[in-house]
Amino acid sequence: MTVVYWLAYGLLAAGALLSLVRLARGPSLLDRVVATDTLLVIIAAGLAVHAALERDPTVVPVLVVVSLLAFVGSVSVARYIGGMMLRSPKNEPADQPAGEVPR
Amino acid sequence: MTDEPSGVAHQLRHQLPLLVWLVLVWNFLWGTWSWANLLGGIVVALVVTVLLPLPPVVGGTQIRPLGLLRFLGYFLVDLVTSGAEVAWQTIRPSGIGRSAIIRVQLRTDSDLLLTILAESLTLVPGSMVIDMDRERRTLAVHVLHVADEGDVERQRESVLAQEERVVRAFGSAGEIAALGLSADERAEAPGRRTP
Amino acid sequence: MNDISSVGDVVAVVLLLIGSFLCLTAGLGVLRFPDVLTRMHAGTKPQVLGFLLIMLGGAIRLQGWSTTWMLLLVAAFQMLTAPVSAHMISRVAYRRRHVRRDLLLVDDLRSGEARDSVYRGDEPADAPPEEPGRALVESRREDEVHRDDGAQREDGADRERPS
Repeated sequence: MTVVYWLAYGLLAAGALLSLVRLARGPSLLDRVVATDTLLVIIAAGLAVHAALERDPTVVPVLVVVSLLAFVGSVSVARYIGGMMLRSPKNEPADQPAGEVPR
Repeated sequence: MTDEPSGVAHQLRHQLPLLVWLVLVWNFLWGTWSWANLLGGIVVALVVTVLLPLPPVVGGTQIRPLGLLRFLGYFLVDLVTSGAEVAWQTIRPSGIGRSAIIRVQLRTDSDLLLTILAESLTLVPGSMVIDMDRERRTLAVHVLHVADEGDVERQRESVLAQEERVVRAFGSAGEIAALGLSADERAEAPGRRTP
Repeated sequence: MNDISSVGDVVAVVLLLIGSFLCLTAGLGVLRFPDVLTRMHAGTKPQVLGFLLIMLGGAIRLQGWSTTWMLLLVAAFQMLTAPVSAHMISRVAYRRRHVRRDLLLVDDLRSGEARDSVYRGDEPADAPPEEPGRALVESRREDEVHRDDGAQREDGADRERPS
């Protein structure tokens, strides 16, 4: 049992760590959003693994909250960036022929 | 949108699936089934649907059990096989090769069916819907790892097959007929590709 | 208390381990893959398959209907919401040039009406104009230039444009 315990938590922790590295390194905002999303899912998976291995259902409501939180977070950031795009419809760099933008 | 001025009862009929879903969620959240939970769920669902109204889904569907089973079976098999495939591509030393963004000409014209199709395509690992042109009925799908042009064509075919399964599971008779009618569109679809 | 006593427990533990492994591959993919879209693939995969497996294992281990229903609800939420957020992020990513075009074999979106008008060819994935603040400033400057002398700039831009 302890072997399963350590193995599952080890795998999850490694995954969380890797996505944390991406979160720190991620060159753009969207990379960080993706990393945060993945991280939250891994956290939720960890909670579920804990609940299953310990037969302890107290953390199950937390799962609901975490899984919805991931969605709300990533969607609001995506909308935020998309809104910035709408505010500046001509967001092309300098070597861009003018007048081809309408979308 | 054609049946908008039909009164409250009609609107309620459109909202009924949503109401049932909300009541179910409420009961699941409480965990136990009781009359108090059921009544509380109905009250909450009514408040939510009245205060935050959603546009009704035009053109309800009918569910065909056989088609639904086929769709779900294919979906599960797809989920497992391509999940394993993507996991292998992630951990193997050579990593992934090239990806592709393909555009597929669809044949259905129903909001609900297109939503189901897009959701199921995105849920299956390895393919992800990026953009959808509602007027032209095209779907832009990003595919992780394609080997060559033939692979791209295979992905296109699989998107169309998935569409067919969705329509056969949820579509009305007319929509299923539309699948067969525009089979010639499918033949010319590869011609739309740009090099 | 928490020992493995039945076949169901063994199945559940195996499911949990596979799910954890898929979470590890998610982290690995998010770190290894070259651009936002492919990272998104890696990120959404465990959200679906691994999460379902873990939920299944949990439902087997935790006997009791109330927790089973709640786990089912979590799985349903995940399956409904993961594609939506993935789609929104990837669409914004495509339009804001977070995509390594050189790694695409076929890019149908580039042609036609949804053509990406800011494509430059050899742009690295994380080029400076992608940073939101700076892109906004640049686009505002662009707007002013456009407002000043549209026609003249158009010529110049055409000449600069890589073929």
